[in-house]
Amino acid sequence: MVGIPSRHKSLVLLAGVILLQVVLLAVQIKRDSQGRLIRVWTVGVISPFQRAGTQGVGSIRGIWNHYFALQNTSRDNEQLRRENDALKLQITQLQSKAAEADRLAGLLNFRKLHMEVPMVGARVIGASPGTASVTIDIDRGQRDGIKRNMGVITPDGVVGKVIEAYANTAQVLLLTDKDSGVGALLADSRTQHPVGGTGEPLLVMKYVPNDDNVNDGERVVTSGMDRIFPRDLPVGTIVEIKPGNPFKQIRVRPAANLDRLEEVIVLLTLHPLELRTESESASQQPPAANAAGQAPAARP
Amino acid sequence: MNDTYDLRGAESHIEVHKFRAGAIIGTLLLVLFLQKFLPLYVSKAEILDLPLLITVYFGLSRRNPSTGLLLGMAIGLAQDSLSGMTVPLGLYGIAKTLIGYLASSIGARLDTEHPAARFALTAIFFVTHQGLISLTRRILLAQTEPWFNMHLLAGALVNALVAVFLFLLLDRLRKR
Repeated sequence: MVGIPSRHKSLVLLAGVILLQVVLLAVQIKRDSQGRLIRVWTVGVISPFQRAGTQGVGSIRGIWNHYFALQNTSRDNEQLRRENDALKLQITQLQSKAAEADRLAGLLNFRKLHMEVPMVGARVIGASPGTASVTIDIDRGQRDGIKRNMGVITPDGVVGKVIEAYANTAQVLLLTDKDSGVGALLADSRTQHPVGGTGEPLLVMKYVPNDDNVNDGERVVTSGMDRIFPRDLPVGTIVEIKPGNPFKQIRVRPAANLDRLEEVIVLLTLHPLELRTESESASQQPPAANAAGQAPAARP
Repeated sequence: MNDTYDLRGAESHIEVHKFRAGAIIGTLLLVLFLQKFLPLYVSKAEILDLPLLITVYFGLSRRNPSTGLLLGMAIGLAQDSLSGMTVPLGLYGIAKTLIGYLASSIGARLDTEHPAARFALTAIFFVTHQGLISLTRRILLAQTEPWFNMHLLAGALVNALVAVFLFLLLDRLRKR
C-alpha cells in the first residue's frame, strides 16, 4: 500500500482541518446553529477568572490610585506618615466604595423611577476577545432570568442587547458592533430612523433623506419600534452630518459611555415596554422597600 | 532524550524547542483571559491579538507544522467561542490554523530567534491573519470587510512590538 510521504502529511492534515472548519461554518449558516456547546464550555472555563479578575483589579486600582500615588507626599515624620497612610488607606477604601455607591445609586434611582419595568443590575466582567465583534460579558445569566434579545441599558442610555445567556454570565452585543442596531427617532422632529454600529466608537443614523432637516447636536432617542427597548431612552447625540447619495451620512455619539462600562441594567422582558417620564414617576413614587429587590414580572 | 535537537542534522543549527509540562495550555488560558480582560481597563488594548501572538510563538518554536496548525485551530476556535454569537465558529479558527501552519513551516527553515526577525514575522503574520479573516468573511459569509486600513497597519506594528517582549518572556518557559 502506498503511504503518504511524511512531508506531505502535515499538508493533508491542514487541508482536512480547514475543510472541517469550512463545513462547521456552513452548518452554522445553514441551520442558524451557533455551536452552543463549545461556547458554553469555553465561557465556563474563562468566566470564573474574569469574575475574580474584575473584583481583584477593582480593589487594587482603588488602592493604587489613591494610596501609592500619594505615598511620597508624607515623608517628614515616620510616625505621622504611618498614621497618615493608615488614614489614607481608609479614605481610599471609602472613596472607592463611594464611587461605586454613586454608580449603584444611579442605577437604583433609575430602577426606582421605573419600578414597573422588570430589570436587574449586572457588573461587566469581560470584553470582546478580538476585533470581529464588539461585545461585553456580564456577571448575570439565565439564573437571574436573562435571555437572548433582552435590552441592556445604563441610566445614561442604550448599551446593546443580550446575544447569549449562559447559566451565570451573559454576552451583550454593544450598539457599536456592526451587526447591532436600534429603532430610534430624532428627539425634536420625532422622525424615525434606525441607528446602527460600524465597529467604530460612533454610531450611524441610517436612511435620512437629504431634504430632511437634521441639526448638529440633536438628541436621538429610542423609538420603541424594535420591541426591545422602551420608547424615549437616550441613544446618543448627532455629532456629524454630511450630504450623501441617496441618504445623509449622520454620525451619532452614544449616550452611554460604551468604552467604560462597569455596571449595566438588563431589561428582563421580551415584551414591548413603556418607561414613564421622570415627572410621571415623581408623582407616583413606588414604595422604598421594593427598590432594592427585583422588580415585578413583565406585563405584556 | 534531548530537550532540544537539530531539525536537519549537524549541518543545521535550527533547534526545535520543547516546553515545560502544562506551559502551552497555561499560556493559552492566560492569554484568552487577558484578551477579554485587558480592554475593560485599557480600551486601546483591543488592538492586541494575544491569541495570534502565542500561535505565532509556539509555531515558530515547535517548528512542527502538524502541531502548529492544530494548536492554531484550538486557539482560534476558543477565540471564536468567546467572541459572541455574531462570530461563527471557524472564523478565527481557519485563520489561526493557517497561521500556525505557516509559522511552523517558516520556523523550520529560518532562524527566528532574533528580535528583528520576530518583529518582522509577527507584523507579516498579523496582516496575513487579518487578510484571511477578510477573505473568509467575504467568500464564506458574504460579508463586506475592508482589505486594508490604517488601523490594520497600526495593529501590525503594535502587535509586532509587543511580540518581541512577549516572546522573550515565553522563552523562559522552554525546557533547557
